[in-house]
Amino acid sequence: MPANFMPSAAEYFRFAPEIILTIVGTLVMILEAMTGDRDKSSLGYVSLLGLAAAMAAAVAANNDPGLAFQSMIIVDGFATFFRVLVLGVGMLTILVSTNYLSEAKANSGDFYALILFSVVGQSLMACANELIMIFIGIEISSIASYILAGYLRDDRRNNESALKYFLMGSFATAFLLYGVAWIYGLTGSTNLGEIRTVLSHGTAPTAMVGISAALMLVGLAFKVSAAPFQVWAPDVYQGSSAPISAFMSAGPKAAAFAVMVRVFYTSFDSISNQWEPVFWIMSLATMVIGNFAALQQRNIKRMLAYSSIAHAGYVMVAVTSHSAVGTAAVMFYLASYCLMNIGAFAVVTWMARDGEKFVEVDDFSGLAQKQPFVTAILTVLILSLVGVPLTGGFFGKFLVFKAAIDSHLMWLAILGLLNSAVAAYYYLRVLVVMYFREPGASTVNLPPVAGTLRVAMLVTTLGTIALGIFPGLILGFATQSSTLGK
Amino acid sequence: MITINHYMAVSAALLLIGTVGVMTRRNIVVILMSIELILNAVNVNLIAFSKYHNQVTGQVFAIFVIAVAVAEAAVGLGVLIAMFRNKGTVQADEVDLLKW
Repeated sequence: MPANFMPSAAEYFRFAPEIILTIVGTLVMILEAMTGDRDKSSLGYVSLLGLAAAMAAAVAANNDPGLAFQSMIIVDGFATFFRVLVLGVGMLTILVSTNYLSEAKANSGDFYALILFSVVGQSLMACANELIMIFIGIEISSIASYILAGYLRDDRRNNESALKYFLMGSFATAFLLYGVAWIYGLTGSTNLGEIRTVLSHGTAPTAMVGISAALMLVGLAFKVSAAPFQVWAPDVYQGSSAPISAFMSAGPKAAAFAVMVRVFYTSFDSISNQWEPVFWIMSLATMVIGNFAALQQRNIKRMLAYSSIAHAGYVMVAVTSHSAVGTAAVMFYLASYCLMNIGAFAVVTWMARDGEKFVEVDDFSGLAQKQPFVTAILTVLILSLVGVPLTGGFFGKFLVFKAAIDSHLMWLAILGLLNSAVAAYYYLRVLVVMYFREPGASTVNLPPVAGTLRVAMLVTTLGTIALGIFPGLILGFATQSSTLGK
Repeated sequence: MITINHYMAVSAALLLIGTVGVMTRRNIVVILMSIELILNAVNVNLIAFSKYHNQVTGQVFAIFVIAVAVAEAAVGLGVLIAMFRNKGTVQADEVDLLKW
């Protein structure tokens, strides 16, 4: 036991992104109080700068990978990838929301501070090497998102969405925590590496370890909205403001997958014969439920919610394959998924307008005649969600199913492919409505596309195309960092 | 003699009571209380394991759990009050705006 607990400078450096975000988040709250009734869009730009600084710090920290704070934090390629991803999600969310908030007359510093704090939690989840840190990261991220889900206090749908998210979320986290406590009891440690060592001796009672791992999986499956813990997602995404739905469907999900992969691939590696069948069933159930429920949706937010459940199912397929290829597939898929999903929700944000009156699929009728720019954006994003070649979504699916086949999960790959064929139906319906219907009441007086929203749409669309044409951009890094220190 | 098994039994009972409470109660405040019960089940476990392993890790963890539970309860009650102002109810089955 070292007598000196003072962390070294290198350790602070590895933890710099979280430190920067916390400081900027607090600063934004102070600035909010100081600026009074003035326009708060500038606070959004301060938050963007903070996120950009944190991203630079995260990339810089990767030059000196290693552990920090009595190995509570680990900075490796895997952590850096997810840190950059959740920070990027935060930036895109702010770009999508500024204009929406001004229109709803709810533009305030709290919102940006909450986004920053939620991202702190997700960033911590990405680099946690310890069950306590994982728990704290999940809670920081979730508590901020509970508030964000109900951010427009006077909107009943927001109220309901926040309440449902909160009740089911804290219930699921309580189970995760019970599993964590058991794992601590069985192994005498909360460090992921030490748990792995103890479990590989095989002295701990297998059945108890299995039950604890299952309890932890309940909490994580809830966060990624995997079946049978997906019921909250449609209600919450539909009820929250569109920019927040974009955020919740991307950042927390990616971070929870990072935790899931790290915990199950390192700590529970030796009991993989127990969890692999469970993941097999869960991934299939998630894909089937997501896709078939999405077929019947009229509300586009609800449809995107079910589609995000289905996408979680595809990522679960990659997790099930339990290999380095699978890890790289998880990383690539989540990156392209975050881009295309935020892009799609950005278009929904623009379409919905004040009070979110226009959120039905049919409200998009005739959009191609009226607003070719947004139509083009949404077309690319939807083709990517379907998984058409030359888009990021295609390579994501390709890598996922390749990982599954490499790990001899033939049936899962076949059933997954059939599922993506089903998914094409409800995605393409949106395109049909946009191109082949006459403009209706919703498409007559279209609002202009605000500057920040336009940037978000362009970044997500170009990013999706870039990942489709040059997958090597991030695939090389993902493959390199997919070994998780083994 | 009270052994670790007794603590685990109490904790499991609390978990069960909490879970049944969340599943069956209609009043959202009671559901919140049931979730707190589960968190306390975790704390009992953590402290017992901490004593069993002769480490402080579990106790430190329990303090973190308590702190987070407080933050969570504060947010939860805030969310509930916002809904009560608009809807005038705290019954879970009357929250039915969003469904397919």
